Amino acid sequence: MQSLDNLKKELSSFAKPATFSRYKFSESLGHGVLELPKEDIVPVLRFLRETGKFDFLMDVCGVHYPEREQAFDVVYHLFSSKTCQRLRIKVALREGEEIDSVTPFWKGANWFERETFDMYGIRFRGHPNMSKLLTHHQFVGHPLRKDYDADAQQHCDSALPLHFEPDPNRVEDGRSLVPLNIGPSHPATHGTLRVMVELDGEKVHRANVELGYLHRCFEKMAETHPYNQVIPYTDRLNYCSAPLNNVAYCKTVERLLGVEVPPKAQAMRIILSELARVIDHIVCIGANAVDLGALTTFFHLFTYREKVYSLFEKLCGARLTVALTRIGGMAQDAPPGWFEDVMRTVKEIRQGIDELDTLLTGNKIWIQRTQGVGGISAEDAIAWGYTGPCLRAAGVSLDLRKAQPYYFYDQLDFDVPIGSTGDVYDRYLVRVAEMRESLKIIEQVCKNVPEGDYTIRDKGIVLPEKKDVYGNIEGLMNHFMLIVKGLRPPVGDIYDATEGANGELGFYLVSDGSGRPYRLHCRPPCFAIYQSFSQQITGGLVADVISVLGSMNLIAGELDR
Amino acid sequence: MNSSVGDTSAGTNTATKPGDPTAVGSASVKDAQLEGMSRSFAFTTRLDDIIAWGRKNSLWPMPYGTACCGIELMSVMGPRYDLARFGAEVVRFSPRQADLLLVAGTITEKMAPILVHIYQQMLDPKYVISMGACASSGGFYRAYHVLQGIDKVVPVDVYVPGCPPTPEAVLDGVMALQRMIATHQPRPWKDNWKAPDYAKLG
Repeated sequence: MQSLDNLKKELSSFAKPATFSRYKFSESLGHGVLELPKEDIVPVLRFLRETGKFDFLMDVCGVHYPEREQAFDVVYHLFSSKTCQRLRIKVALREGEEIDSVTPFWKGANWFERETFDMYGIRFRGHPNMSKLLTHHQFVGHPLRKDYDADAQQHCDSALPLHFEPDPNRVEDGRSLVPLNIGPSHPATHGTLRVMVELDGEKVHRANVELGYLHRCFEKMAETHPYNQVIPYTDRLNYCSAPLNNVAYCKTVERLLGVEVPPKAQAMRIILSELARVIDHIVCIGANAVDLGALTTFFHLFTYREKVYSLFEKLCGARLTVALTRIGGMAQDAPPGWFEDVMRTVKEIRQGIDELDTLLTGNKIWIQRTQGVGGISAEDAIAWGYTGPCLRAAGVSLDLRKAQPYYFYDQLDFDVPIGSTGDVYDRYLVRVAEMRESLKIIEQVCKNVPEGDYTIRDKGIVLPEKKDVYGNIEGLMNHFMLIVKGLRPPVGDIYDATEGANGELGFYLVSDGSGRPYRLHCRPPCFAIYQSFSQQITGGLVADVISVLGSMNLIAGELDR
Repeated sequence: MNSSVGDTSAGTNTATKPGDPTAVGSASVKDAQLEGMSRSFAFTTRLDDIIAWGRKNSLWPMPYGTACCGIELMSVMGPRYDLARFGAEVVRFSPRQADLLLVAGTITEKMAPILVHIYQQMLDPKYVISMGACASSGGFYRAYHVLQGIDKVVPVDVYVPGCPPTPEAVLDGVMALQRMIATHQPRPWKDNWKAPDYAKLG
């Protein structure tokens, strides 16, 4: 790999020879991997960021290997939007060892490091607020460690009192500031988000967010279930666009297995993904408008969401959580006439989006509530780890469907809409334009659905069809073996990402060769976006808190996992 | 509902002459008067029946949507399924103004005390529908941070199965609750409810 050699050369001139000899370079399924001693994580990451080699810190997570002397790995995933290269950096730590935080120069690491602390007890030195993130305040222990039982519940008897992160810049000048708690049971916080603000009149003086109210242990559940049984759990990550999660997860496992799904399955996955993107944006725009008092939009848009539900229902029987992908392809073929139904529905949705356009885009109240609210610069957005519509609204043209095309997205004709100011209005415009582009994609695919099978027929990966299971001994045996032994990817690890409705939806999977994931980490797009929320609303009006919150499209299922 | 003519213990009676002392509640109602009553809009019933009838047709739900079920609950409220047809369209986000707590979604250990707090703030009579597998039993999240069913902390009147339940199932759940209200079904789980002792939860 050319770039890895370059990196090696540059780092060798940068690092001290004594420590450089401890750097380990390797390559894993197209990504560079670099293993570092823990002292060097800050200088190396700072070097990579400041020289512009990698601009995104996509993910930080932990892995626990109890049998190793250095029982923990902290894994960083870097991404360059210019070259689309990815680099995985691993640092091994002993129990109780601390590692330097990278938050001083990469603010997007903030919550990822906190989550790693919460889940594994790994402390990051120099982090501004090294405290729990997802589990409740009375929770004892670190649940993703291998010695923590998946079903060992710990009850919590009180809500965490109103509090604020340490704020060294606070000036006590005798102003009377009013603390205000918003959520988690509040109409505009969508059930599970909690925002604590301190008000100076109508202005937000400082803010703090609390999350984890929907932390339902996705990653631990994944470790205790066979690969295919994880798929329904992925449905419930971003439940507004369940098929996108299915596709992202299956694609990750398939890449580790080294198989490619047949063209027909790819086509079905693209159609499902784009339909999911449309209905996700529908919920986002609808809910954003409801929160600001425009109920009509929500009712109007939901008509079209229902139409897409009908398509899903016809395809597999479920409306919301479809779980239709399997590792190796799809669970079943589309029923006759389904693609024609999709084409008809696309036409109706297009008309609906035009009507939405007339309802909101020029609406004076909508413009006044959203324009100039919650703006963010492209630089800041990248530093926080923004991806998806919120990043593109800030003017950065990054869409993994174009940047790192998967399936046959590179053969399809579509545009990547971008905004300029990154405010709530731009995010809305980008989402509306993206829905139109998605419909364009669906039509192109539906017109030329490839012939052939909907799944691969590898006996070690995909269950035989029912007629074979009941009809012949070989089918029965294959079925039995796969159910009992499970599908077993080779030992190794992989990070794979797709363009979710909210941005880069990544899965980091570690396989130990058994029938269950050793570690499955989900990189949820809205998690990175939401960590900038406190800063985004500070100094603004309290009413704008709601406007900004809605535009980020926070889906608690993927935020808290 | 019971609306037998002749039982005049309740209510408005537009057929009587003003000032007639024998008209209401008297055993000596004349046949002609009864005849007149039956042709007017008046009807008679038992007080608790008419109250139950009013209650069942004007449930004010507080949607406690935390997860995927919350999205399906939007569909229930939305244009196609339209919960308004059952008199329950006035969605209140303040527990003080609601009498039906519709728990739609997973309740985690972190959320449980807040759910109890919300329930306690509601005014009697109050009802709870548990929508979906997670709220009813923890669902397939047999996990360290998930409450294994909201009935561990609040009394539940109707459980709606499904993951998530279809909107039809939720409507069925609401109708089941309406039947319970109309028939004055005893609710010992609610009457004997005490705020949970977290130390003793299983």
